Amino acid sequence: MKSKKPLFPYILWMALFVVIPLGMVVYYSFTDESGSFTLSNFRFISQNFSTILDSLETAVVSTAVCLVLAYPLSLIMMNLSVKRQRMMNILIMLPMWMNFILRICSWQIILENNGILNQIFGILGFGPYQMLNTTGAVVVGTVYNFLPFMVLPIYSVMSKISKPVLEASRDLGCNYFQMLRRVIFPLSIPGVISGITMVFVPAASTFIISRRLGNYNLIGDTIEQYYVGTAPDMHAGSILSLVLMIVILISMAIMNHFDDAEDVVIM
Amino acid sequence: MKKIISKIYLAVIFIFLYFPIGVMIFYSFNEPGRKGKVNFNFTGFTLENYKNLLSNSELIGVVINTLVIALFAALFASLLGTCAAIGISNLKNRSRKIVLNISNMPIINPEIVTGVSLMLLFVAVTHALGLRLNAVTVLLSHILFDTPYVILNVLPRIRRMDPSLYEAALDLGCKPGVAFRKVVFPEIFPGIFAGFLMAFTFSIDDFVISYFTGGNFQTLSVYINNSLKVGPKAWMLSLTGILFIIVLTMLIVVNLRERDKEK
Amino acid sequence: MKKLFSAILIFTLIMSLVACSADGADTDADKEFAGQTLVVCNWGEYISDGEDGYMDVVAEFEKRTGATVEYVTADTNESLYAKLKSGAADYDVIFPSDYLVEKLIKEDMLAKIDFDNIPNMKNIMSDFLNPDYDPTGEYSVPYFWGTVGIIYNSDMVDGEITSWDDMWSDNYPNQILMFDNPRDAFAIALNKLGYSMNSTNEDEWRKAAEELKKQKFVYVMDDFFQKMPTGNAAIGVYYAGDYLAVAEENEALEFVRPESGTNIFNDAMCIPKTASNKRLAEAFINFMLEPDVGLANTEYLGYSTPNKAVYDLLDDEIKNDEISYPSEQPENWEHFRLLPDNINELMQQLWTEIKSENK
Repeated sequence: MKSKKPLFPYILWMALFVVIPLGMVVYYSFTDESGSFTLSNFRFISQNFSTILDSLETAVVSTAVCLVLAYPLSLIMMNLSVKRQRMMNILIMLPMWMNFILRICSWQIILENNGILNQIFGILGFGPYQMLNTTGAVVVGTVYNFLPFMVLPIYSVMSKISKPVLEASRDLGCNYFQMLRRVIFPLSIPGVISGITMVFVPAASTFIISRRLGNYNLIGDTIEQYYVGTAPDMHAGSILSLVLMIVILISMAIMNHFDDAEDVVIM
Repeated sequence: MKKIISKIYLAVIFIFLYFPIGVMIFYSFNEPGRKGKVNFNFTGFTLENYKNLLSNSELIGVVINTLVIALFAALFASLLGTCAAIGISNLKNRSRKIVLNISNMPIINPEIVTGVSLMLLFVAVTHALGLRLNAVTVLLSHILFDTPYVILNVLPRIRRMDPSLYEAALDLGCKPGVAFRKVVFPEIFPGIFAGFLMAFTFSIDDFVISYFTGGNFQTLSVYINNSLKVGPKAWMLSLTGILFIIVLTMLIVVNLRERDKEK
Repeated sequence: MKKLFSAILIFTLIMSLVACSADGADTDADKEFAGQTLVVCNWGEYISDGEDGYMDVVAEFEKRTGATVEYVTADTNESLYAKLKSGAADYDVIFPSDYLVEKLIKEDMLAKIDFDNIPNMKNIMSDFLNPDYDPTGEYSVPYFWGTVGIIYNSDMVDGEITSWDDMWSDNYPNQILMFDNPRDAFAIALNKLGYSMNSTNEDEWRKAAEELKKQKFVYVMDDFFQKMPTGNAAIGVYYAGDYLAVAEENEALEFVRPESGTNIFNDAMCIPKTASNKRLAEAFINFMLEPDVGLANTEYLGYSTPNKAVYDLLDDEIKNDEISYPSEQPENWEHFRLLPDNINELMQQLWTEIKSENK
């Protein structure tokens, strides 16, 4: 059990499938069509700079909405009976287990000009509204897809706060909001942070959600478009992937700076 | 008062979570439109969409492919991840951090970056061999992003384990292999199994990475996405219905088992 | 736990057995291509697939030859090129449009077709042999041709639509469909501004991009078939052949080719150099030229056929249809030609801008 040997196959594996592929992305980022070294691909970064910012903005908004929805939900859940908590857990996880593309498809059906929501509005006597192909639709789709990733870590941290601690704070004269601010909130921070990272990263880099529900490109769509879509250029796609990766890793590092917990296990 | 507000809040959240699924399932019992498209005017209750789904041999083939890939990816990942976790637990702090950081790359990195980087590698290798992207490249990529989940689940188990147990088994004359099987394995198995399940579900749900590394090989997500190009089809509704029932049953069963265990 | 494990294992084993036996059932050993696989990459909704009583062309080919066809679809010429170029997917038969054929020939990505294996080439009208995009006629076989026009829903639109300008109307927010590929979309803006669709002037392309950015279009390809007939869109630009398909679903749909000119295109069948089964690919192309197969495709799709044997079998009503077989082709109907590299890169850059700013 003290041996490091079992690790060797995995080291080889990581070299093959993590390091080399990323090396290839770097290689394509700094070469041109003929394979010689160039820095001219940097022009693709400036050309797509506003798209990168848009993507970050969408991700920040979606993450914030998820947090605002998930935090009170977790608070409510931790006050329920164990049986109820378990049921809630199932109900929150269930949509996540349905197929990713089907979840997007359902929002497309709901938000379309003649879609379900506008039909319902029509019966009630107002609308129709333009909902599909707006930034709002993209945020709704993103929040819908990633909300469970925010709820589960926050809830799992909160549910571990021991009841005596809460009772003690009550006994010391805290009202609910003081208890929330002084006790629950500080203890829930690791959960909040892992929730934020679990929502922010996929939200910033998603492709397909923005295309299907917004009819515009975020950075993920642009990368896809460069590799296999309507603007074929692998070198452009590679340097944007590299930038996206660096941006994400930096924001992760900043987030982890606030978080002392080692290896936060997901879920 | 507080109770009422929290009840309303829960209701709102669950409406948000279940409205889309409810809509899909409701319309899955409607007659399909022309060319199997979704028909939004409720014209009559029918099970036709479910019949069509079950007789769609292409779709069933894709579902089987997806399950097989997910199963094997999760199995390989469990094996690879468990070995790796044992090795990692024996590393010094610094090198452990480095290994873990690289190991977590595929799940920290945006999926699309993992997807395209693997595509570059696989295209280079398969074309050099005169082959094409295929099920194997998808399987390899799934093992790649599955393994970190297994490691993350197994590591804490190893750390919690009392190392003297294993040594005691050796002192009592066990060969290392036997000691591992009889002492260590049962201790860390719950972690492996949790990792396996997580890996399996992430595999089944994966879209981005299969999209880039599959070539013409389609997993369920890729297949639905390709079909969705011509607009939502009625079989997607009945598929939602069936998935819903399967997932619900599964979650309830797992839950009941856990509850029994606690008793 | 162990039980669950073994249950899953047994389940998958059974499933894979089921899959194998299902595959094994329809191979027919004595046919010429029995057991071989062909990967065909076509456009969406661009083959007769057995709907409405027409021939299921792919299934018929499998039946006649014993081969298995993996049939996939691409959205646009650009993404087809991207996939071939990056190797993200490999195909045996592709259906590129004229300008892509030209590009693929130039970049040496197409295999020369052995016309001994395509006796049905004799069915092709002489006008379509050795076209501009493939002057030696060694690399491509014509599939369909057609034109681009505006399709609109007369129930949703006030008055008549006559020109590209109408697509820039403010009255139909989120209801105007534009091509989700750069070449087709730019062509409309260029023509609207009075420039050539094959312009080599960078300024003209920049102005065209500005024009596209002025309107918040809904960019679609195959989505058109869902949005247009269901009334989710009021105006859309698409291919003439597809008008007939959507008009069957919704009688309010009208078709118009703007006076200022439009794009006239040829789609061809080609074999990429990377094809793994060229002989079978040629058999497929030959099969597509068979009169009965071509007729099924032509009648079902509504595109215009370059196949004389098929054309002769068509009803007079179709032959005289101005939408599919216009009696004259004005000067300002332009074929796309291969663009120079600088324009191509500019187009891609402007296109990514347009797609990102469309919110």
